[in-house]
Amino acid sequence: MLKTFSKGGIHPPENKLTSSKNIKRLSAPKVVYVPIAQHIGIPAEIVVDRKDKVEIGQVIAKSGGFVSSNIHSPVAGTVTKLDMVIDSSGYKKQCIVIRTDAKNEANFQEVDYPLKKEITLEPAEIVKRISDFGIVGLGGATFPSHVKLNVKEDKKMDCLIINGVECEPYLTADHRLMLEKGEEIVVGIKILMKALHVNKAVIGIEDNKHDAVELFKRLTADEKEIQVAALQVKYPQGGEKQLISAILNREVPKNGLPMDVGVVVNNVGTVFAIYEAIQHNKPLIERVVTVTGKKLDNPSNFWVKIGTPIKDLIEEVGGMPEGTRKIINGGPMMGKAIKNTDVPVTKGTSGILIVNEDEACRGEVKNCIRCGECVNVCPMGLEPHLLMNLTEKGMYEKAAQEDIMTCIECGSCSYVCPSNRPLLDYIRFGKNITKNLASSKN
Amino acid sequence: MNESILNSVLLLVSLGAVTALVLYVVSKKFYVYEDPLIAEVEDLLPGANCAGCGSPGCKSFAEKLVGTEDISDLFCPVGGNDTMKLVAEALGKEVAEKDPTVAVVRCQGSCEVRPKTTEYQGPKSCAISAMIYSGETDCQYGCLGDGDCVTACKFDAMFMDETTGLPIVITDKCTSCGMCVEACPRDIIEMRPKNKRDLKVYVGCLNEEKGGIAKKACSVACIGCSKCEDVCPKDAITMVNNLAYIDPEYCTLCRKCVPVCPTHSIIETNFPPPKVKKVVEKKVEADPSGEVKSVNLVKDA
Repeated sequence: MLKTFSKGGIHPPENKLTSSKNIKRLSAPKVVYVPIAQHIGIPAEIVVDRKDKVEIGQVIAKSGGFVSSNIHSPVAGTVTKLDMVIDSSGYKKQCIVIRTDAKNEANFQEVDYPLKKEITLEPAEIVKRISDFGIVGLGGATFPSHVKLNVKEDKKMDCLIINGVECEPYLTADHRLMLEKGEEIVVGIKILMKALHVNKAVIGIEDNKHDAVELFKRLTADEKEIQVAALQVKYPQGGEKQLISAILNREVPKNGLPMDVGVVVNNVGTVFAIYEAIQHNKPLIERVVTVTGKKLDNPSNFWVKIGTPIKDLIEEVGGMPEGTRKIINGGPMMGKAIKNTDVPVTKGTSGILIVNEDEACRGEVKNCIRCGECVNVCPMGLEPHLLMNLTEKGMYEKAAQEDIMTCIECGSCSYVCPSNRPLLDYIRFGKNITKNLASSKN
Repeated sequence: MNESILNSVLLLVSLGAVTALVLYVVSKKFYVYEDPLIAEVEDLLPGANCAGCGSPGCKSFAEKLVGTEDISDLFCPVGGNDTMKLVAEALGKEVAEKDPTVAVVRCQGSCEVRPKTTEYQGPKSCAISAMIYSGETDCQYGCLGDGDCVTACKFDAMFMDETTGLPIVITDKCTSCGMCVEACPRDIIEMRPKNKRDLKVYVGCLNEEKGGIAKKACSVACIGCSKCEDVCPKDAITMVNNLAYIDPEYCTLCRKCVPVCPTHSIIETNFPPPKVKKVVEKKVEADPSGEVKSVNLVKDA
């Protein structure tokens, strides 16, 4: 019996349409729109001006604090304006608009670095470079990676977990990356182990990616310190706390961090970005994006420069199919529907899902029939129906007592609700209010 | 027969007497002194429990009025100056006088002038919709149309106009409690001074985008052209972030700014049409594009 997390979980149809498609490198778009708030925390501060010439990898916005991240130019070109552009939040946000220099060959070179196994940097230097090179968690939460690696002295780390679960339906970006860059990821894991001073690492992969499990078992056959854990397929196993529960059977305390149980979790995409930053001095300027949807001619995986408008990606897979009702930035469970296709790809964009009429619309909301399905599937052991009711009635303090803040917003409750109740919408709203109430009290 | 009647009467009388005694003793023993002024002041207050004053209800506001030395900061918006004067007399304290205000909706983005570009199917609440994204239209400053303000209004002074999708304030019913102002996630509703005939001139737009983008999203948006600012004789109009704002403190309601606005985003209400006098019971005022702006009961125009 394969391992999995203890509480709740669901099995949405996997629909991994692109798991056999190689990652194709897209050429640099004519114009890139680079938002300055691509990570959780303080937005970066712009350090370029209009008409400035920028090189690939040049810092264009500097980290605004500890929980923040540098942003680098994904292309060589000229800053045309500093404008407000709509991003996946649905609101216009500050962006740096760069016109790609069509004559500069650097923009169109396919860089394929040779594998470099030897790690020369010291742990402190590794963390410094991860911070300087703008690496953030690429699993979707975009938490600045150097913050995770700055372990407080009173905490003792004993295990590094690499998240190759990719439990979101449709998405295959991590799966393809693992298959194509396996050796590099193993080196990346060693870099992280060195930085964290731990001597145990576990790669968690769901069993539907059997080829990746086999590959990593083969690659780490000689490495005693790195294990591969094949996990049962269950959503939301990719959640940090769920993954720790599945692999180590440890429970992260309420309102705590994985650090509290001696674990740091990093996504495979992040590990690869760290490998490139440390071994090849490459900042985070591109990522793998799955562009998928049942009605698409040719759903694929791409290496995409940060700041590429999503319409370019849709063009690449054969244009917008007829009857499209919704475009989701991310997967179907946790992704956000976007307002138009001018939205740029950011560090957190793991996929673009194009949904047609049949699947896009919500059903009619009916009364709660007290079936308790939402309680059954909640991976955090919460009572979603109760949290929704409390939020609806404005009883935020009671909701806070019921641990509304521990919700990971996986959407399992809304997925299973037979009455189509918008549980997650209300819970998310309640979380927002509770957070504001808490911060106004302090 | 007679005896049984007598017995039951005696029993009930004695029971009543014993209970009365117990109640008397308890009420004396556990008596809590409450300033009689509080009840007196509470009677003077409107009793709407709307929380417009900042206290949860009229009783707690009365306690606050009696308990605080200086009550010049406290004001009951529903009762207005008349009520506050009575309170001041009863308490022998000084109160501040405030001009009566009324809620105005500073958005004219009806379905016709502000086309929908997306569809929202989530819970029907402006607060949730605003948290998820910038709304069904391309304007990220305007009304979301889910009616949080109407839900918040305890005086039935607001309703959603189904043709425009915008809320409408019934000025006669509005008590200026300010609940709608708080409920609106976009700060569209503003409290503006209310004069006797409810004449108002204000900018019906909050879009801070540059002119072209604003106009593309909504044809009656303020495009920040500054024409109104130039024409205003009292310097009551300020332009901040491509958006005009008419300061009611300086505005003399001369209406010079209304015709110069190229997008008709400045709204005037209840000004009588020139030289025509008539008495109407109910009047629906329309702007040049024919859409309903506000409903007012005008008795003597």
